[in-house]
Amino acid sequence: MTVAVNHAFPAGLALETHKQRALTSTILVLPPPGTAVLSLEQGFSGAVVEPVVAVGAEVAVGTPVAQPHDERATTLHSPVSGRVTAIEPRPAATVTGTATCIVIESDGRDRRDPAWRASADVESLSSAELVARLRAAGIAGLGGAAFPTATKLEAARARGARRLLLNGAECEPWICCDDALMREQAQDILHGARLMMRALEADSCVIAIEDDKPDAIAAVRAAIAATGPASGFAVQVVPAIYPQGAERQLATAVTGAEVPTAGLPADIGITCQNVATAMSVARWAREGEPCIARVVTVTGSGVAGPRNVLARIGTPLATLVDAAGGYCDTPLRLIAGGNMTGRALGSDDAGLSKAINCILVATAADLQPRLTAVELPCIRCGDCAAVCPVALLPQQLHRAALADDEAGLLAHGLWDCIDCGCCDFVCPSQIPLAHRFRIARRSLREREDTRRKAAEARERHERHERRVREAAEAERHAFEHARARARGLQSDQDRP
Amino acid sequence: MRFDTSPAPHVIGGYTVPRVMFQVVLALVPAAVVHIALFGPGLVLQLAVASVVALLCEAAALRWRGREPTPALRDGSVLVTACLLAISVTPLLPWWLMAFGTAAAVLLGKHAFGGLGQNPFNPAMVGYAILLVSFPVEMTRWPVPLDAAGGPGWTELARLAVTHVYGGEAPAAWDGYTGATALDSIRNGLSLRYTLPELVSRGEIIGPLGARGFAWINVSALAGGLYLMARGIVRWHIPVAVLAGLLTLAAAARWLDPGANLGPLTHAFSGATMLGAFFIATDPVSAATSDRGRLWYGAGIGVLVWVIRKWGGYPDGFAFAVLLMNLAVPLIDRYTIPRIYGHARD
Repeated sequence: MTVAVNHAFPAGLALETHKQRALTSTILVLPPPGTAVLSLEQGFSGAVVEPVVAVGAEVAVGTPVAQPHDERATTLHSPVSGRVTAIEPRPAATVTGTATCIVIESDGRDRRDPAWRASADVESLSSAELVARLRAAGIAGLGGAAFPTATKLEAARARGARRLLLNGAECEPWICCDDALMREQAQDILHGARLMMRALEADSCVIAIEDDKPDAIAAVRAAIAATGPASGFAVQVVPAIYPQGAERQLATAVTGAEVPTAGLPADIGITCQNVATAMSVARWAREGEPCIARVVTVTGSGVAGPRNVLARIGTPLATLVDAAGGYCDTPLRLIAGGNMTGRALGSDDAGLSKAINCILVATAADLQPRLTAVELPCIRCGDCAAVCPVALLPQQLHRAALADDEAGLLAHGLWDCIDCGCCDFVCPSQIPLAHRFRIARRSLREREDTRRKAAEARERHERHERRVREAAEAERHAFEHARARARGLQSDQDRP
Repeated sequence: MRFDTSPAPHVIGGYTVPRVMFQVVLALVPAAVVHIALFGPGLVLQLAVASVVALLCEAAALRWRGREPTPALRDGSVLVTACLLAISVTPLLPWWLMAFGTAAAVLLGKHAFGGLGQNPFNPAMVGYAILLVSFPVEMTRWPVPLDAAGGPGWTELARLAVTHVYGGEAPAAWDGYTGATALDSIRNGLSLRYTLPELVSRGEIIGPLGARGFAWINVSALAGGLYLMARGIVRWHIPVAVLAGLLTLAAAARWLDPGANLGPLTHAFSGATMLGAFFIATDPVSAATSDRGRLWYGAGIGVLVWVIRKWGGYPDGFAFAVLLMNLAVPLIDRYTIPRIYGHARD
């Protein structure tokens, strides 16, 4: 193994972590839920899928129940066998907190779809075939974005990335599902990684793990040693600095190069996949299992027994909390994800999605409420700029956001913001900077949308006008022509 | 179960503006103690007048602007302004001048521009500059410090403070107890064609470090400033750049013409150097934004301080240097936006 050099980014935060309690026990495998709630909106990216089953349909485990329109979403497979009882709006782990969901009542038999079978030829598939199969299996990035793995691998191969980066950094202070996976199933992770390397036609794979996970590092190193020397695998230990696990920041830590602003890590020759995604690929390769389950950390001071569970997608979050000993104390916030970037959900009726890596049930002790009742004016101290991992000037960006100054927002890199929340964390004026930038991005997107629609409408209108004009012109021509002919006829008649 | 849906992040660091301001005031304590020990208890009176007037003006301005006064009064920023202004003026300044200067600082320097976070100029220096140009005589009459030969005793200083500050009358004439500051007399002396060694040996005004009295205030301000840096309240860019700008020019000038120029050490520990470098130039609201911008900003202040001390019409030009660089901040900010991650180097 070569000694890897860390090219750490010059900012970020050293945060207090809370992973130990959930790591005292091993991953608990949950039985399939009685009712599965599958959101048609995938995660927080807004990617949607279209149901391909109707209410009343009988489905089995692995039956595709919803398909994407484009390559930004993944096929949804039924996680249970039973009957579709409803397709209706329900609480969901999405931006708005509600989404149309497919509700499937389990028959308790956990019967597999007849089409589900392990393909014997996995090891001999070509790169393109492998990508197509991963797409059909609905494999998605399990690090939190739920972006289709197939799409990402394809784009990376097209851009010539020949190196795979497995993200095992896991920098969010509460989340430890990847840590648990690496400790317990390092062999499988490597198996999945090998397949993704084949899909990429990559020759090497770096597994990046933060230095506060010695057990995971040892387990992955042992697994690499067991696969033999020429495997192309290497572990790179990276410093535990938030947000080390952000894709671009990790790619920089490993390669020393920066990912171009509108580009992908593939543009610097590397592509990033989560260790949990590799695990999911391995399960598909071994048993033909589509993406119907994932490991999720259920933690926080609001649950009695924090732990990692392997649960079917669609399992109601309340069921996950019960698996971790149920609620205790006074749970105030139910967070999908960690305490830095996670989304607070309104209801625990929502189902587990591919994008949820952690359920954090936070009590007052876990939340640092904004200390001053009112947000104070920015004093331009610059602490936010000092911790920004992408070297923005959040104070200037904030001023532009308040003034709704579109040019200023763009000049100060609104689209380069990775939404990590470091600036919020250090702001002495308690300004919700990250949230304000989120709102600014949304309003910019909406404005862009309006402008595009207006341009389209104008074009349509102009086309219409042109058509009307042309039609009138043609009609006039025809009339004049007819009149001319009529006149001609008349003059003919007049002729002696 | 139902839960609240506040946006991320769900945890913040516990840094607050009042805490920042409190640390700044705390870091001023050593300088204030030394100030009182060497120049008498006048500073206590000035601090009292400045604080009361500052709080009243802040509350009044907020009311006029239709804002809720309590949170702003609690943020502590106006007290920092008051403390900085009080420690910058002579301890014998009549109370009504101190009140006038503070009111100018808070009303004109701060609230005329929209209050905390909006002022383009350092409020304390706005107050100081207005006082200095309006009342140059009263502003430059300092008591002779206790560590200078022939100075008054501390009890005499206390009597002077009470009569002048509360009596409302500035020292009428030079006498054994009051005089111009070291930088001032050197400037006057040099303009009368004395050489520097003559002035230094004649007046007992320059001690081993810098100007008598002021040297120790500078040392304690440096200590307070280093404390602020250690606590992460002040980052190194501005103080280092101010000192680098000032001391580089001072060293070069001293090397070229030792008879007419004070050395870098004297510059470093005379006048308002350390207080200015660590407490005044570092006011983030009116300083440049990025780290690189702050280096230019600080260096500009350092250079201007030396230029004003050397050729200007005032003995110590810190206030004017800061205000001039405040003017340059929009320009500096325009050209020092840091390269964002993933953007091309130019």
